[in-house]
Amino acid sequence: MRTPLSQVRGLGSAKTGTEHFWAQRLTALANVPLALFLIASVVSLVGADYETARSYLSMPLVSVGLMLLIGSGVYHMRLGLQVVIEDYVTGERLKLLSLIANTFFCVVVGLVSLYAVLKLGLGS
Amino acid sequence: MATPEATSKSATPRSPVLRPVSPHLQIYRPMMTTTMSIVHRITGVGLYTGTLLLAWWLVAAASGPEAYQVFADFISSVFGRLILFGYSWALIHHLLGGVRHFIWDMGHGFELKQVEVMAWGTLIGSVVLTLGVWALAYSMMGVL
Repeated sequence: MRTPLSQVRGLGSAKTGTEHFWAQRLTALANVPLALFLIASVVSLVGADYETARSYLSMPLVSVGLMLLIGSGVYHMRLGLQVVIEDYVTGERLKLLSLIANTFFCVVVGLVSLYAVLKLGLGS
Repeated sequence: MATPEATSKSATPRSPVLRPVSPHLQIYRPMMTTTMSIVHRITGVGLYTGTLLLAWWLVAAASGPEAYQVFADFISSVFGRLILFGYSWALIHHLLGGVRHFIWDMGHGFELKQVEVMAWGTLIGSVVLTLGVWALAYSMMGVL
């Protein structure tokens, strides 16, 4: 007797869904205070000159907060856009390219931002 | 009564069965819940793109006064303010929408009335909070 299992094998992944869900929620939770911190930071710097902005952004706790925000935020948005791509992009080739571009975008934006924060925090 | 042979045969994709097809999305009346659902996704994609603004800000601050001035000129222009306003609203809306999802993940808020209230709360809350943040920012500049 043949079960229907053989007909669905190889048609898609069913391995990392739970991990994806969990990471999405975990980063979302972290993003709540971090986003509020970003809003407070931007509001406090409205109309500030360069020196004020630079000295605020180089405070240790601000640096750490920004790095946490960048790390958690970039991870969260990569997971989120991955789902959007999987939902709307039909055609395996374009879908794969979109998923690759998604990862590249998130890594580059994250690394550029982290480098800027480190440069501000560590001086010069 | 279907025999085991008949059951396995009907599940074979080689003999396609014409199943009933659901009407497409536009057929249904837009509901507050479905609208807030897709807005959550749209604000998410908006924030995704908006990280370029955050990266620009940080890189400009790290690069020096001239680079920072270029960013400051852009963001204080009318176009820049519009983008920042949209970004701040998207951030707050997505944040509130996320809290709504947390409530569901905890197993609460599934009653029809609660779902409706939370959908409206996400929209109204996001607009009120965004205007509040901007009022605070303008009052700090001494404009308000």
